[in-house]
Amino acid sequence: MVVGAGPAGLAAARAAAEAGARVRLIDSAPSAGGQFFRGRPDVPPVHPKVEHLADSAVWHLESVHNGHTVRVRTGPADAPVRRGVTLHADALILATGAYDRALPFPGWDLPGVVTAGGAQAMAKGHGVAVGRRVIIAGTGPFLLPVATSLAGTGATVVEVLEANGPAGWLRAPRALLAGAGRLGELAGYAKALAAQRIPYRTRRTVIAAHGTGRVEAVTTAALDNGWRIRPGTERRIAVDAVCVGYGFTPQLELAVAAGCRLRDGFVEVDAAQATSTPGVFAAGELTGIGGAKLAAAEGTVAGTAAAASVEVPRAALRAVRQGRIFADGLAAAHPIQDGWRTWLTDDTLVCRCEEVTLAGLCDALDRHRALGVRTLKLTSRVGLGPCQGRVCGRNAAELAAGHTGGHYDPADTARRPIAAPVRLGELAEEETVEEMNGQA
Amino acid sequence: MYPDVVVVGAGVIGAACAHALTAAGCAVTVVDRGAPASGTTAAGEGNVLVSDKAPGPELDLAMLSRRLWPALADELGDIEWEAKGGLVVATTEAAAQPLLDFMRDQRAVGVDAREVPAGLVHELEPHLTRAVTAAVHYPQDAQLQPVLAATALLAEVTRRGGVIRPHTPVSTVDTGRDGRVRGVRVADGVIPCGAVINACGPWAGDFARAAGVPIAILPRRGIVLVTAALPLVVRHKVYDADYVGAVVSDDAALQTSSVVESTAAGPVLIGSSRQRVGFAERVDAHVLRALARKAVGLFPVLATVPVMRAYGGFRPYAPDHVPVIGPDPRLPGMWHATGHEGAGIGLAAATGRLIADLVTGAAPVIDLAPFRVDRPAVLEAA
Repeated sequence: MVVGAGPAGLAAARAAAEAGARVRLIDSAPSAGGQFFRGRPDVPPVHPKVEHLADSAVWHLESVHNGHTVRVRTGPADAPVRRGVTLHADALILATGAYDRALPFPGWDLPGVVTAGGAQAMAKGHGVAVGRRVIIAGTGPFLLPVATSLAGTGATVVEVLEANGPAGWLRAPRALLAGAGRLGELAGYAKALAAQRIPYRTRRTVIAAHGTGRVEAVTTAALDNGWRIRPGTERRIAVDAVCVGYGFTPQLELAVAAGCRLRDGFVEVDAAQATSTPGVFAAGELTGIGGAKLAAAEGTVAGTAAAASVEVPRAALRAVRQGRIFADGLAAAHPIQDGWRTWLTDDTLVCRCEEVTLAGLCDALDRHRALGVRTLKLTSRVGLGPCQGRVCGRNAAELAAGHTGGHYDPADTARRPIAAPVRLGELAEEETVEEMNGQA
Repeated sequence: MYPDVVVVGAGVIGAACAHALTAAGCAVTVVDRGAPASGTTAAGEGNVLVSDKAPGPELDLAMLSRRLWPALADELGDIEWEAKGGLVVATTEAAAQPLLDFMRDQRAVGVDAREVPAGLVHELEPHLTRAVTAAVHYPQDAQLQPVLAATALLAEVTRRGGVIRPHTPVSTVDTGRDGRVRGVRVADGVIPCGAVINACGPWAGDFARAAGVPIAILPRRGIVLVTAALPLVVRHKVYDADYVGAVVSDDAALQTSSVVESTAAGPVLIGSSRQRVGFAERVDAHVLRALARKAVGLFPVLATVPVMRAYGGFRPYAPDHVPVIGPDPRLPGMWHATGHEGAGIGLAAATGRLIADLVTGAAPVIDLAPFRVDRPAVLEAA
């Protein structure tokens, strides 16, 4: 069973099917491809022997003595009736991907401020631009394709701001070498930006958004190496949309439910993509942010290893090794620096669902001595709303650690036994159990 | 009188003990192996109930606690204290008479319990199922937010000069030549004290064993469901009548009985299961299903509401289902305050007061003999 039909999941399903396993591929979107292939004509087809469950959300995962049981609801999230099914598999491949991280700053809750990934999905999926005059800010190479996509929809991209410096790459020559292919791709984007006269500035970012009812302008500022604002460098720019992307956060709840060990916030895997939980494999952005090509290679390894009947192809293993070196270089060149915490003011929202401000968070820390993630949530209400901490959990944990000097494990915010919203009436239903014995 | 007291466990019971002890003039240090209020307390619903208890020692404790909480809530500030009242409903003919009998017994010992005539039930709870065969209103039932309460109690302890030491596991208790407690051992040495309060909740048995005085305290798993925020759908704490049966049962298998209520923040809480699975952390789907089924049975309108999350915890219970509150006769200076099962939030105020009375030598306001440590169920099973 493969969960997630992005580059990693598609490759894993294909490899497992080719190795002779019976494979189900479960994905929440109406069609396969994930965020990466959304709206692209080159999305790889689902292998004909793979049973693809589209529009399907896994809301519960249970490890049982002879495998894994997942509970799925099929149908659009807002449909009056969704079909429920309980599936059993010997081996499970998690390829649930990542979503992009937004850091809070004054005004980030205004309409018109979106994540880079959200803007990209609208541009690629629907050909719609998030605004007419757009500024893009954050860190990492993903900002570049977002800029070209937005320009392609007719929006004016005012500038692209990279919070880190350009020198990061020079410190990772091995990564440069390993990622020669990816570099060419990035150079292509950079060329496209230049051709369209979109300025690309480093060590600068958006530190505030302004507007009544909607974003009308932003303040940008130059940053030092730790991402503190350089006084006197603030500039106000009129825009009607802001796209922010500060790297990616892995979609961890199923891996956490399966009991997989984490390392640095990602799922720990061995050379065969096996996690610490027997029979559970992970591939793609769950194991580290490395892009679609690495994800697909990891998927091929995981799919073959999970099917357990043929040898893992060496080419895929090599591609994973090379890809990881590049990914590590990427991570080293685009770190998130602690200085972002100084961009917030007391009334900046940390948690949008529950409208918890920085002052509210600090009050819970000071007055209630909230020294753990669970206590912090229950005293400040951060992460208790509909997003269940997916947007704010990591930011809140880092702000709390900075404020108290204590340890707040961001993985604790990914503990969600109900992995996707399910209606009470659906929970109450008698379940239909389907076995997949003897197969992956 | 013991001038220096170490309270082991910074959940709501430990916090209430420390609060009462500092009020009585003791110097108190509270230690916890983790963050304060992050164990059983963080997994509670915040019930302050009299409705679910039959006449007996636990009801006496609950009535005392119910008298003490409002003043504490006043003193502590916002702990989301809400004296909203409870409504217990029977939905079968068979359950109706036992509920009414139970109510009569409670009334005889001073519980405010009022039978609600069939025609008036839906004025109290408009969305309640029509299949009600009997209903009893308990105006004294109340609710609070347990983590806010525990952390506010601890903040007051600090203000009075008490010390809170989180992330400080206690390995054992040190005794002097006279056999009395003289300190607790932590990683960086010994915290000297004249008395130790074991408020470790479900882990109280482990701590007692480490101190050389084992007591039988077992964990029972409880799961609570939380829906998306709703406009006020449920006005009281609403239970089905078999809640009463589940609390006093010995059955190892899963038991659920619905407790459905709205919270101040908007989500509806649906509790609670009782399951003996040791300290297994998992959230089983069949437990979620059983909870959902009972809640939809009570409030059919909730069927379309999204469930956002589920949380679980471990509740401490003694084999005879009576809390353990008092001195350990085997180890002078050692006191236990545990075994409250799913009622610890509600019973914390009284437990703190009674422990403070005992430690300072004041006369306890209720008879503590039923809660004593040296009873067969607690010692022989350990």
